[in-house]
Amino acid sequence: MSGDEYFRRKDLLGLRFLSTGEITHILDVAEQFRGLNLRTIKKVPTLRGKSVVHLFLEPSTRTRTSFDIAAKRLSADTFSISGSGSSTSKGETLVDTAKNLAAMHPDIIVVRHRRAGGALMLSKELPDTCIINAGDGACEHPTQGLLDLLTVRRALGGFRGRVVTIVGDITHSRVARSNIWGLLKVGARVRVCGPPTLIPPGLVEHGVEVHHDLKEAIDGADVVMALRIQQERIPRGGHFFPTLREYSRLYGLNRDKLKNWARKDVVIMHPGPVNRGVELEPEVIDGEWSVILDQVENGVAVRMACMYLVLGGERAAAQEGRG
Amino acid sequence: MNDRVVLDGKATQRTLRRLASQLVESLDDGARLALVGVRRGGVPLAEKLADLVAEETGRRPDVGAIDITLYRDDLYTGLEKPSFGATELPFELDGACVVLVDDVLFTGRTVIAALGVLRDYGRPRWVKLLVLIDRGWRELPVQAEFIGRTIETRREDRVLVEPEATAGQGKVTVRPGSAR
Repeated sequence: MSGDEYFRRKDLLGLRFLSTGEITHILDVAEQFRGLNLRTIKKVPTLRGKSVVHLFLEPSTRTRTSFDIAAKRLSADTFSISGSGSSTSKGETLVDTAKNLAAMHPDIIVVRHRRAGGALMLSKELPDTCIINAGDGACEHPTQGLLDLLTVRRALGGFRGRVVTIVGDITHSRVARSNIWGLLKVGARVRVCGPPTLIPPGLVEHGVEVHHDLKEAIDGADVVMALRIQQERIPRGGHFFPTLREYSRLYGLNRDKLKNWARKDVVIMHPGPVNRGVELEPEVIDGEWSVILDQVENGVAVRMACMYLVLGGERAAAQEGRG
Repeated sequence: MNDRVVLDGKATQRTLRRLASQLVESLDDGARLALVGVRRGGVPLAEKLADLVAEETGRRPDVGAIDITLYRDDLYTGLEKPSFGATELPFELDGACVVLVDDVLFTGRTVIAALGVLRDYGRPRWVKLLVLIDRGWRELPVQAEFIGRTIETRREDRVLVEPEATAGQGKVTVRPGSAR
């Protein structure tokens, strides 16, 4: 496997697999790309002549747009394939779709799939193509985790000893998983909070504090990350909480709860899309605590860094005779 | 074979003074000079030259730095560390008389990449190239306008510029490499 200090892998599958050094390296490179996104001419020739396929077999607006902007700013050519309207809706399997794509020799496939391990399977099937996981089931969403880490680092200046509380549906959230892996590795303290039905077992063993009471969970927290209630991932007939209104009353964040229970300088994050009035009240989304739009901005920089590093990493490895 | 010193501290200092004088001499009246160092070797060199120009003319030219990593024609094969620094051009680039500054001119690929960076940031009035050492072995048609010292090297040799060399204390050496 790759060394600890720098990210030199062919694929980005999940934060679970990365070392602290690799995560820090990606964040540092992303920080440089942020500067690029503020220039008048936002494009660099780095990936000229490379092709990036966006294979999104689950709906996505912002993630796909963010990847697309990132690839284009690096001068790569991009091709987009979505679930409906592609052969997958005619019953083709993920592996067959991918093999056909690979026969056209793209350099990177950015993949979102409804099953955990979708990206991992592709990376095994396609040893010559860089795979970036854009979400696999409820497993991981590594670029979201990285952009959240970058946003936290920029807001707080660092991670060590800082407390990040993740509120909401942890069970069905790949964003939560990527964040938990990443935050623990860089030395932050992680709390999760939600109804017992939406907290998976086994978190405490990894060093995560589990809360069911919002007041306790956000007391002293530096960052509170609210998650979307993912209706689409909850199985039909599944009952995890009685009503959205009750969920919102117990776990939604509004001005009063923040004023009374949270640190004055608490930072509020949300991976989007937000259900306004469910997990966050509008006054919080648009309020002084919110860095939600910084997250979106950092997303482009993080995705540029990931594409730049997977392609460079592969070539660097080949040079050293390891690829 | 041992390292060969091609410029000692004293000689480096003299060379930089001469380069600064040549720079000043080449300027029209009213030209807005900007010295842009190529990371990493060219940046301290650009700073030092700006000081020397200020001594002669009483006015310090603008100084910037560019990083060419994202503009390389070989992604980063050959780079030890896959990271890059920032491009900082804290002045009006449009219309400026830009002198690109680097420590060693070798294949010319760095210079071509640097021109690509400049083009994306603005439209200078003109761009010229200044190098402390021209070691030959060009792979692209690039020549410097201002050259500190032209030296003979073999393709596989390494030219080492001590960071202090730019401050006029260190030296420039050629370390023979083994032919592959």
